[in-house]
This record gives sequence, structure tokens and C-alpha cells, in this order.
Amino acid sequence: MTDTALSPAAHDHAHDDHHTPGFFARWFMSTNHKDIGTLYLIFAIIAGIVGGVISGVMRLELAQPGIQYLQGIAGFVHGGEQSFDESLHFWNVLITAHGLIMVFFMVMPAMIGGFGNWFVPIMIGAPDMAFPRMNNISFWLTVAGFVSLMLSPFVGIGAGTGWTVYAPLSTYGEPGPSVDFAIFSLHLAGAASILGAINFITTIFNMRAPGMTLHKMPLFVWSVLITAFLLLLALPVLAAAITMLITDRNFGTAFYDPAYGGDPILYQHLFWFFGHPEVYIMILPGFGIVSQIIATFSRKPVFGYLGMAYAMVAIGLVGFIVWAHHMFTTGLPVNVKMYFTAATMVIAVPTGVKIFSWIATMWGGSISFKTPMVWAIGFIFMFTVGGVTGVALANGGFDDVVHDTYYVVAHFHYVLSLGAVFALFAGFYYWFPKMSGKMYNEFLGQLHFWVFFIGVNMLFFPMHFLGLDGMPRRIPDYPDAYAFWNYIASWGYAVMGVGVLIFFLNIILSLLAGRKAEANPWGEGATTLEWTLSSPPPFHQFETLPVIEEQAHH
Amino acid sequence: MRMLGLTSIVLAASLALGSAGHAQAPTAAPATESTTAASDAPATPQAAPADPTLNADGTQKVAPVAGKGQPVARAIGLQEQYSVIGDDGLWFHNWVLLPVLILISVFVLVLLGWVIFRYRRAANPVPSKTSHNTTIEVVWTLVPVLILLAIAVPSIRLLAKQYEPAPDNAVTLKAIGNQWFWSYEYPDNGDISFSSNLLKERNQVEAGQRYRTDADGPRLLATDNRVVLPVNTPIRLITTANDVIHSWAIPAFWVKLDAVPGRLNETTFEIKEPGIYYGQCSELCGARHGFMPITVEAVSPEEYAAWVRAKGGTMPGDEAASEAASNETAEANATEAVDGNAAEPADNTATPAAVE
Repeated sequence: MTDTALSPAAHDHAHDDHHTPGFFARWFMSTNHKDIGTLYLIFAIIAGIVGGVISGVMRLELAQPGIQYLQGIAGFVHGGEQSFDESLHFWNVLITAHGLIMVFFMVMPAMIGGFGNWFVPIMIGAPDMAFPRMNNISFWLTVAGFVSLMLSPFVGIGAGTGWTVYAPLSTYGEPGPSVDFAIFSLHLAGAASILGAINFITTIFNMRAPGMTLHKMPLFVWSVLITAFLLLLALPVLAAAITMLITDRNFGTAFYDPAYGGDPILYQHLFWFFGHPEVYIMILPGFGIVSQIIATFSRKPVFGYLGMAYAMVAIGLVGFIVWAHHMFTTGLPVNVKMYFTAATMVIAVPTGVKIFSWIATMWGGSISFKTPMVWAIGFIFMFTVGGVTGVALANGGFDDVVHDTYYVVAHFHYVLSLGAVFALFAGFYYWFPKMSGKMYNEFLGQLHFWVFFIGVNMLFFPMHFLGLDGMPRRIPDYPDAYAFWNYIASWGYAVMGVGVLIFFLNIILSLLAGRKAEANPWGEGATTLEWTLSSPPPFHQFETLPVIEEQAHH
Repeated sequence: MRMLGLTSIVLAASLALGSAGHAQAPTAAPATESTTAASDAPATPQAAPADPTLNADGTQKVAPVAGKGQPVARAIGLQEQYSVIGDDGLWFHNWVLLPVLILISVFVLVLLGWVIFRYRRAANPVPSKTSHNTTIEVVWTLVPVLILLAIAVPSIRLLAKQYEPAPDNAVTLKAIGNQWFWSYEYPDNGDISFSSNLLKERNQVEAGQRYRTDADGPRLLATDNRVVLPVNTPIRLITTANDVIHSWAIPAFWVKLDAVPGRLNETTFEIKEPGIYYGQCSELCGARHGFMPITVEAVSPEEYAAWVRAKGGTMPGDEAASEAASNETAEANATEAVDGNAAEPADNTATPAAVE
């Protein structure tokens, strides 16, 4: 990564004439990238609480064999006695909502909408995003999508199709308006993301400060740029796939209905052509965040900057040609399985480059273990564990036995709940002083890490064992042999929950009574442009563009 | 067909019943009467040879063995494998994948531990400014490639082996997914067809209905009608579905194959040992996705032949002898019986009610 030094002229933007708009205009009609970023972060936290409570209900039910709480909770939500089958369906509603919320309304808004909006313009020395009003509509479309999803269980029996919305379960398998609401929610969130992606690409290509060449951009900006391209190319395919679901459901088409010449497998191909890039959409910005943090707290430039940037480009490209590894048991021909096995394993190479480059960045550094750094180091190890099980699952021959078992659940929670979420917490602590102007509480931050770390590992590691032993996903009750590890996992959830409470306590305490943060609380290792601004930054920054000077550090 | 006369009588009886069941299929009303020749057979021992897998009172002769063909409490690894391909798969996971995964994770952990210890600010106050080293970058790109190649070779070999087409003497099992039970056909063995429902617990059924006993198998895994298959014989598994996508899986056989409406998927496996093996539906298929288990009873080829005949089916050798005689009636009846049985509803856990 390139060190950025400001020319003296850039320090002159001490303009105090902000014309800060009134409350409603500022937060509901916002065109300011920092305010929209804040809105996205608040939204993601709210969605995360909803998604997290849902997973708590699931872990409660799964703590012991048998159905204990499901019927009562289903009755509570739907207001009235639920039959056994209705409450089993409610289980599917829970898993569907948990997946959709966490993917579309927690991780994506936080990573791209939140941190991307806040820091991409600042890091490239731009005053704002290229299309501020489009930025606003992106956010409110995301909110509308979330509302549509949240309404779906109250306009019918709820969408119990799984977050993958596989046809024909989602077409003739589940009539009623609930699934339509859930699909429409994806349309809205997808449209929001496409608009956001266009905005980021335009901003990064056209609004970099003088001297900020592509190869000098901080890696977080690189990661958001690549993510934006993935969004732009993948989401229209999802939109097409789920639009066909809508027409199959309501307008008599038969894209996915074999009785009229359609094919359910077509849906899976389309969904995973979007779905696999989607997992990189969720993790690439995390890579960027971790790169910034590791460099800052090691007081070293990122090792192998170009390799790091182009490793992400490679991951993005290869991510588009591996989708059918999600479909190994659908009856693919053997040659297809061989190809997708081999192609999928290729992704491990650029990912390995990133892991080793992070370690090499720390190697020879002078490391301080502030809260963001602890989360970033935790990310590296937990992402490695999730990554190696990904290599295992890439093998079509092995996938045949663990496909759709808890082994898969363990794998993707290690890369998301311990990968993406660790990166989110790392980024949150890293940038919290900049965004709020207040320092967080260091002790609570460290405590949060350790409690959360123990909790999620207790929660998700036993799932590997359950999956290898054959426990299928998405079931509310299980054969008694699986009881022990499920019990441990449920206690892991409780520990993790305590960790999250510590996080909220930390935010509240820090916002109310935190020490005032200086412009750069992290010292000489923090070299990107956001640390040259006050904390919090002025309402409009860089009215005089900074000039990035040539650094002879190669 | 041996015993043509007797079988035909049973089939003729099933013709009427089977049609009734068929007519009720769309409403999915419980229809205990729609049990066909297959399950009626043991009740009339004088009319057909007894089902060799059942006792005279209709209970299962062979009970499952703990830890075999079913999940093991507190297990941390794959289930023991009882198919030929399962041995290869188990070896691939336990001796190729698992060691590599653990080694890489431990390697990264050790490196992290070392940099955390050695390059903490107290130990190394002045950071180096190194940000490039072409050699090491080439090494950490190429070494993973070699490791992946080492995984890919046995992996591709395993895939190829899984796809070796079944030989001519294979036994064909057709598994049909329904919301929420499995139905089965044996296309190579005449007109055998039956459905297989979850056996409920004693406190979940009304008096007089069949409930799960330990001889049937563990809770949520035991079914009323087991799939009977011969050992040491290649099995050609064909899956499809009547409504939404399901997935037929037996972890101890290293088999999982989606049952997709409108498609016929095929795979092959060979069971090594007699025993009872359990699996569960492995693709989300609606409310009772977790309640449509799969039970396979593997028996010797001789017992299998006896079972087939008890079910009113034929072994490949039988056909030549009886073809001339049986042709028309049997075929007509067979089609009818299959249709009638495929739509048996899941509520009906008391299929052999007549037996009890």
C-alpha cells in the first residue's frame, strides 16, 4: 500500500461554514456520504439484532432433541394456536429470515453501505460520492426491502423456502403472498445494491484526488471496487432468476416447473451464479478492512501491495466460474463435477497469498494489540479455518457425504460469522473514533473480543462434528445421537450473546462518556487520508483536493 | 413368474384397492386401505412366501446395531462406511483432506503466534520497512498449488469411481421423494413398490396404531417399511420426486443424490455388510423436511431374492421361465399397483395395520 502524504495546501480546509441541514433533511433526505454511511451502520446493527435473535430462537429449540418451544413461539408470532405442521413450517421461516437478514441486511449494508460509504470517498481524497442522491435512494430501497421481508410472515404463513429460495418449493410448493413479499424484498435489496455498485465504481474511477493512482489506492478501496463489480455483474442474474419465480408463482409461466417443460435445476444454476460471487461480496471488503488494520498496528506498509490487490481481482474473477460446487448432489455429470472441483480449489491460491501477506506484514513490524488489531488477527485465523473446510467441500467426492449437513453450516459460519463479522467488528473499533469523535473503551473492546471469540467457536466448531456424523441442515429436531454437540453449540450461542451485549455496552458508554478522539488515535502506522481529518470529519471534507505525493518507497 | 396363480390373485385384489388409493391421491387423505399386494403379502402366509425380514407378527426380525449405519453420540468424525465407495471416501477424508486441513491451520496459527510474540511493540520497537520479497511471494503461491494438486489427484479419482456405471447384474432401486415420505420401486424386480414413512413415537399415535420400537431403529430415523437391498451386489440408485426437490442420503454408504421432479438422477454403490442403515432427507422440502427418514436393510442376495418374491416381485432368472405364461395379466396389474401405491400419504404410519 502506498503511503499518502498531503501537500501543505490540503491542510487549508478549515471551513466551518457547514450549513448542516435540519434533523429531517439531514437523516431522511441525506446526500452526505458520511451520514448515509452512518444510517447504513445503524440499519445493519438493527437488522443484525433481529437476525441474531432469530438464531437465538433456533439455538434454543435445537438445544435438546424434541420440539420444545417452536409451537409456542410460532403461536406468539402468528397470534394464535399453531398446529404441529404450522410450527414446523415456522421453523423454515426462521432459517429463511435468519439467512436473508444476515446476508442482505446485515453484512452487505455494514460492509459496503456503511464502511464503504464512509471511507471510500475519504480514502481517495474525494469530497463525496459521485451520485449523492442515488446514494440516498440506495439506502432507502434497502430499508424498504427489509420492511418487505419483515412483513412477509404477517401477510401469510411466512416464507419457509430457505435463503436460497429453491424452486419448486418456492413456486407451487408454497402458495400465498409471503414468499412473494420475500422475493420482492430481494428485488429491492438487489436494486439498491446495483445502484450502490454503480456509485462506487464511478466514484473510484473518476473522483480520485490528484496523484491517487489506482495502484496507490488503499486496499480497502480496492476491495470495494472489486466488490462493486461483482455486485454489478451478479445481482442482475439474481434479479432475473427471482423474477421468473414471481411469474411462475403468479402469472402462469413454467420456467422451473417440469410438468410444463421447465427445469428446477435452472433456478439453482442462476441462483448460484449470483450466490457464489455473493459470498465474495460479503468477504472482500472484510479483506480490505483487515489489510488497513494490520498495516496500521504493525506500523508497516502492507506486504506485497500489488499481490494483495490482484489476489482480490483473481478471487473475484474465479468466483464467477465455480458456482456449481453448490450443486454437487443435483445429478451433475461427472466431467462437470471434476471441472468445478478443480476450479474451486484454485481460489485457495489467491486466498493463501492474502493470508501469508498479512502475516508477512506483521513480520518485522512493531505490533500494538489494540482492539481492532486483536479482531483482525482473530479474523486471519478463523478465516483460515473456514477456508480449509472450504477446500474440503470443493471436492465433489467428499461433498457427496457432507452436502446439506452441518459441516456446510460450520464452514460458512466460519467464513462469515467468524470471518466477515470479525472484520466488521475490527473495522467498527478501528473507525469508531473517526466516525463518532469519541474513543471506545479499550477494556470492554478486548473483553468483547475474547467472550465473542470463545462463544462463536463453541457455537460453530461442534457443527463440523455434527455434519461429519451426518446431521442434515434446516431441521428443527434431530436424532438423539446429535444431542451432545447441539447442546454445546447452544451454550456457545449464549456466550456469544454476552459478547454482543458487551459490544453494545461499549458503544453506549463511549458515545455518552467516551474520551474525545484526536484526528489520528493510532499513531504513525495510520497512513490513509481519513486520519488527516478531524474526528469526526467536517460535514464536507476536501473542498480543496489533497494532492498525493510520489513516494519512493519501492 | 413362479406361483403365478397366487400372485395374480393378490395383484387382482390390489387392482381395486390400488385404484382407490390413486383416486384419493390429490386430497392426500389417509388411506390405510391402499396398501397393496406388497404389505398384504405377509398377512396371508399361505398365499405367498413370508417376508424374510419380518417376524410372523409383523415386527422386524433384524434390529439395528448401535453405531452401525446410524449417527454416533458425541462422534467427531465421519460415520463408519459400509459401502465400497465409502471406504475410498473415508480414506480420502481421513488421510488426505483432514491432515492437510489441520496442518495448514496449525501452520498459520504457529506463524501468527510467532509474529505476535516476536514482533510485539515491546520486543521490536522499530518496525522494518520491508514490503516486498519476490522469492517468498513466488513460494507461497506455488506451494499451495502443489498441495492442491496433491488433493486433486485422489479427489478426481474418487469422483471418477463414484460415476462408474452400474454393471448389467446391478439391482435397481428407484427412490421417489414426496412431501413428506419416500416411496420406492424396484424396476428390475417386477412390480414391487411401497412407501416408507416415519414411525412416530408411542405417545404420538392413537391406540392400536403402529409406533416405533427399538427394533425399528432410533427416533426420527426408523420407518415403517425398510428398503431391502442385497449386499455385495452393485446397486443402481435412481432418484426422482413427485412434488419438490428432496435428497436421498445414507451417510454410511457415502451416498447423497437429489430427487428432482422431472429428472431421473442415477448413482451406483455396493453395500459390504448386512445390517440396518439410516439416512434423512437432505434437501429442504417444506414443513416436515426433518421427518422423512430413509431406512435400508441390507441382506444376503439369497434373502433378497426371497424378499422380492414375498413382495410379489420377480428375480431376473424368474422371468424367462414364466414370461410366456404370465405376460398380459401380470403386466396390466403391475402398472396399476405401482400407480396406486406411489401416492400413499405420509400420515399413514400404520401401513401394516392388518398385521398388528
